[in-house]
Order: sequence, then structure tokens, then C-alpha cells
Amino acid sequence: MTTLPVSRRTLLAGAAFAGALTQVRQVAAETKAVLTSATPSDVDSLPRVKVKLVDPPFVHEHEQVATGGPKVVEFEITIHEKKIKLDDSGAEVWASTFNGTVPGPLMVVHEGDYVELTLINAPTNELLHNIDFHSSTGALGGGALTQINPGEKTILRWKATKPGVFVYHCAPPGMVAWHVVSGMNGAIMVLPRDGLKGRDGEAVTYDKVYYVGEQDFYVPRDAAGNWKTYDSPGESYEDTVAVMKTLTPSHVVFNGAVGALTGDNAMTAKVGETVAFIHSQANRDTRPHLIGGHGDYVWATGKFNNPPERGLETWFIPGGTAGLMVYTFQQPGIYAYVNHNLIEAFELGAAGHVKVEGEWNDDLMKQILAPSAV
Amino acid sequence: MQVSALLMAGAAFGALGISFWPQTTPTALPELVRLVPAPFAHRLDGDWQQGGWPVDAPVERVTIPAPVEIMALPVSMADWQTCVAEGACTAADGPADQSDLPVTGVSWIDANAYAAWMSDRTGDTWRLPSDVEWAQAAGELFRDDALGIESDPSNPAVLWLAEYSAESARSRNLDREVRPVGNLNVNALGVHDIGGAVWEWTSTCLRRVEVDGSGAILRQSDSCGIYIAEGLHRAAISDFVRDPKSGGCSVGVPPANLGFRLVREAG
Repeated sequence: MTTLPVSRRTLLAGAAFAGALTQVRQVAAETKAVLTSATPSDVDSLPRVKVKLVDPPFVHEHEQVATGGPKVVEFEITIHEKKIKLDDSGAEVWASTFNGTVPGPLMVVHEGDYVELTLINAPTNELLHNIDFHSSTGALGGGALTQINPGEKTILRWKATKPGVFVYHCAPPGMVAWHVVSGMNGAIMVLPRDGLKGRDGEAVTYDKVYYVGEQDFYVPRDAAGNWKTYDSPGESYEDTVAVMKTLTPSHVVFNGAVGALTGDNAMTAKVGETVAFIHSQANRDTRPHLIGGHGDYVWATGKFNNPPERGLETWFIPGGTAGLMVYTFQQPGIYAYVNHNLIEAFELGAAGHVKVEGEWNDDLMKQILAPSAV
Repeated sequence: MQVSALLMAGAAFGALGISFWPQTTPTALPELVRLVPAPFAHRLDGDWQQGGWPVDAPVERVTIPAPVEIMALPVSMADWQTCVAEGACTAADGPADQSDLPVTGVSWIDANAYAAWMSDRTGDTWRLPSDVEWAQAAGELFRDDALGIESDPSNPAVLWLAEYSAESARSRNLDREVRPVGNLNVNALGVHDIGGAVWEWTSTCLRRVEVDGSGAILRQSDSCGIYIAEGLHRAAISDFVRDPKSGGCSVGVPPANLGFRLVREAG
């Protein structure tokens, strides 16, 4: 079980990396013992539902208001290490991914439900992984109970006691930051059982929901300024950490690549439709803004026991947090959904589009004089 | 059309990927293709409006005013490095170690510095081609970039959404690889590398043209700080820009890279 594939690539990864792998072996052995003694007994009678996760920006079907009492909600996520393309200039990264996507899939449950996650580390992977749910309580968010080597799986159950949108991410000992900025994070939404509420107790509902996962990447360059590429995650480790320590990302993108939410992949809505935008950033502060629209209801720090703010222009989401914004579109057109650090939006990639169809409202805006000579 | 071709030693060096460049000024000229005035149908450049709404530019018969010779190949990184070595050009933003690629990461100002250097060392007049000269040289490889979308005066978003769809479709199968000069394509005139991942600067200023219902020009204004770059579609880019990613063709697809080729005025 503790046999690790030691490939040429692993050997090339350098002393620091080999040290981390040694540490990994010991931790994996301890993990097994802890899991055995933590057998549940009191939730066996609850109804169970199995959810099929979908790739972001889409979100699996879910009830906004829960019917019935608490359930055990089963999810399964397989971890894949894969090379992903960040832009058209040749920048690529060995991403560590929950379910093959950056960000990982959004999970939705209700307060009081139990989340039961089967986490699988694909045998083709090279690294140890785990999962830390900011929404769970204890064991470093589950991280201490879920460390798995390539070819292993683990099952973690935790109770969703705090309503809100929360980040989850990989947090292996000694390498947390590298895994997180390799794309290994996602979000979970724990809805109040009776749905979202405004400050005056009014129901806040949405017709559709998008999940935007913002990610900073730190791609090394060679002496001539070209992007460096690597044959394995391990080989990229030392160079990448050196760039990470500059705190200057080479890319800040939505959903894993420049343009992942534009063009054919742009989000869509209709005039009159209410859209919920969940936005997570597992590592770095961000400030979402909808160009041409507003945040009707905003939980910037994402926690539903606090009343939402109303009618915002830009909202601040601290690194390591997910937020929720709800907006009813009132005009047709192309909206840009951006991180309103505009350098990050337009130079580094943190911009998406929403295509909105419907009737134009002259009362809200009208061009009185087309651009013409003075 | 008359075609004359002169092979330059430098182009051969570039094709071989040799990055070292002799410090002495080469005496040979780049391969040139002669363009003579002959009318052809051309979708005009610029931003055209009718009644305050964007419309496609009209197609008109145009003629270049005088014969010119245009470079059959875009200026390569090797060519550019020679100019840099002689102190007349500054380093391009494109990869300096890949001498056989077309030079990229150059602004309109950079391109004009190169033209001045070429003119100085040869005694001829070298300059960027105009939009019409470039179009004639591109020949059958020139792409009509009309969107074919009608504005709806009661709903401006109809145009924006249609433009966005058109731009999205355009970007779907874009070839973003920059190939060594001469390797992309060649047209009947012998002009190479039209419409790939490198857009080429022209001497044509961005103009805004207001027309009436009959197409007659009511007003025209030029913005000579913004120039037309030619490629898969035309882009309007500020003269100091080297990396076009945030400029250019409305919301959808900016040019991937900026390079150029020159024309020599016929003596």
C-alpha cells in the first residue's frame, strides 16, 4: 500500500520533493489507523442521496428549499493530475484537479445534511492528496483524515452545520500552497433548509446558478522569457515555488484558463432571469464586478447567517473564501464579469462574459446623440 | 501582374535558424513582389456608421496610386536582430532566440524605425504598406471581415450579441502557432504568410466614416494614433502597442501577435 511509483520524473524532482514523499509515506500509514476508529453509527438511519457532480461553471441540480429532513448526501471525486493549457501563448501547468477540472466541482447540500465524500487518488497520479473543507469541523477540515496516495481512496463524512458557500482545497503536509495554486480547490454551498433570505426575511431565489472559480497560477519562464514546460508535476515544483514566492502570478483566470468563460463558453441569461454567481478564490483576494450590472444580493464573505448586502457595484472576497451574488438581469447585451483589479482581469485573464438576450429598456438607458462631430 | 524576386542571404540564414548575425550590413535585398496599379474590389477599412449605428464597410473598386514592391515574407526575427545590432531598433517582445520566426512583439513605431533603417542603408524609400497595398499583395488570401449583421434601432443589444456570436465563431478554430517565415502559405503572386497568427501593421490610420442611407459619406474622421493591422480580420491598434491582446476587434478576438512587412517605393 505504501509503495510509491518512483519514476525518473520523481528522481528528477530534487531533494526537497523526495523529502516530501518520504513524509507522505508515514502520514499515509497513520491515516489508516485513525479512520478505523472513527466509525459512525447514529446517522445510519437517515435517507441517502447520491449526487452526480457536473463540471464548472455548471452546478448539479438541487433544491433551493429542502424538502424533508437531513440526509446523507454522497459525492464521489477522483483526483487527476493533468497538464492544462492556460492561454494561447504556450503557458501550461501541471494541474492537480478534483474531478479533472479547475476549479473542482461545486457541491450543494443543506444545513444539517451530512456530506459523505468518496475521494479517489487516481493510480496514474504521482502525488499524495487530501481535502480540507472550510465548511467542516475538525481534523484540519478533514485534511488529516483523507490523505491518500496514488491508487488509494478514502471516505469522509462530515455534518454541514454552517450555512454558506465555502472553499474546499487540497492541503497535503508541506505543500499546501503549491497544490492550491496548481488548481486543486473548489467550493461547496450549504443552503439554509428554508432557502436564502434577504435582510427582511424575504426569499431570495435564483433561476440559474454559475460557479466561477478564480485561480492564480505561477508559471516559470526561462532566461529568454519563454514559458517553461515540464514532464511531470514533480519536475515543475521547485521552479514554481520560486515564482510563487514572488507573490506575482503569471495568470489570474476564471475556470482554469484565459477565456474559459468567454466566446462559445460565455455564461448566458435572459432579461428578467435571476442568476446566482458563486465565486471562489482559495488563495488570493478578489473583487468581482459585473460590468453593466450590479450585485442585487451579495454575501461577499459567503455566509448565510449574515444578511446580504444590496445593490453593490463591486464586492470583496478575501483569499480562502467563496462568495455569492444574485442578480436579476434588466438589459440585454454582453456583460463582462471580472475581477475589478482590471490588470488581473484584462492582462492576466480574470474575465468572463454573460450573453443576455431580451428587450432593451430605453427608460434605463438611451443614446441621445450618437458619437458625432462637436 | 509582374513579379520580381530577389533572394536575400539573410532570409536563407533565418530559415536555417542561425541566430548569429554578421555585424556588416548585408548588401542583398529581401525577396520582393512588385504590385502595379490595377483596380480590384475591396472591403474598405475603418469603422462605418449609418444613423449612429455600426454597419459593414462598403466594397469598392480601389487602385493603388503607384507601383510598389512588397516583401514576399514578413520581416523575420533574424532581420530584426540585425537592426537591433546596428542600434536602429530596440529589442522586440517576441522570442529573440527563434530567428526564423517572423518578428513579433513590435509596435507601429518599432516597424517605422525598421523602415527608416532600411531606407537609410539602401538609399531607397521603405515604408509600411497601406491597407489597399496590403490587400492587393494578399490577393486571394485576403479575408473579407464583414460581419453581415444589421443593427436594430430599438435594441442595440441585438448587434452586440450578433457580433459576439460572430467573434466566437471566428475564434473557434484559430491557428495560434507562429511558423517560421515562408512556411504558412503562399498566394498566386508569390506572397507568403498571409492571415496566420501574426497580424501586420499598415500605414493606414483608423477612420470613422458616417454614411447616409444611400451610402454617401456625410463625415469622416481619421485617428492617426491608431492604425490598421491586417490578418484574419482587420484590427485597429494604437501605435505604441506591441502585445495586442487587449486591443483590436471588439469584444471577441484580438490579434494574436503583431509583426509587419514593408514596401519599397518604385524609383
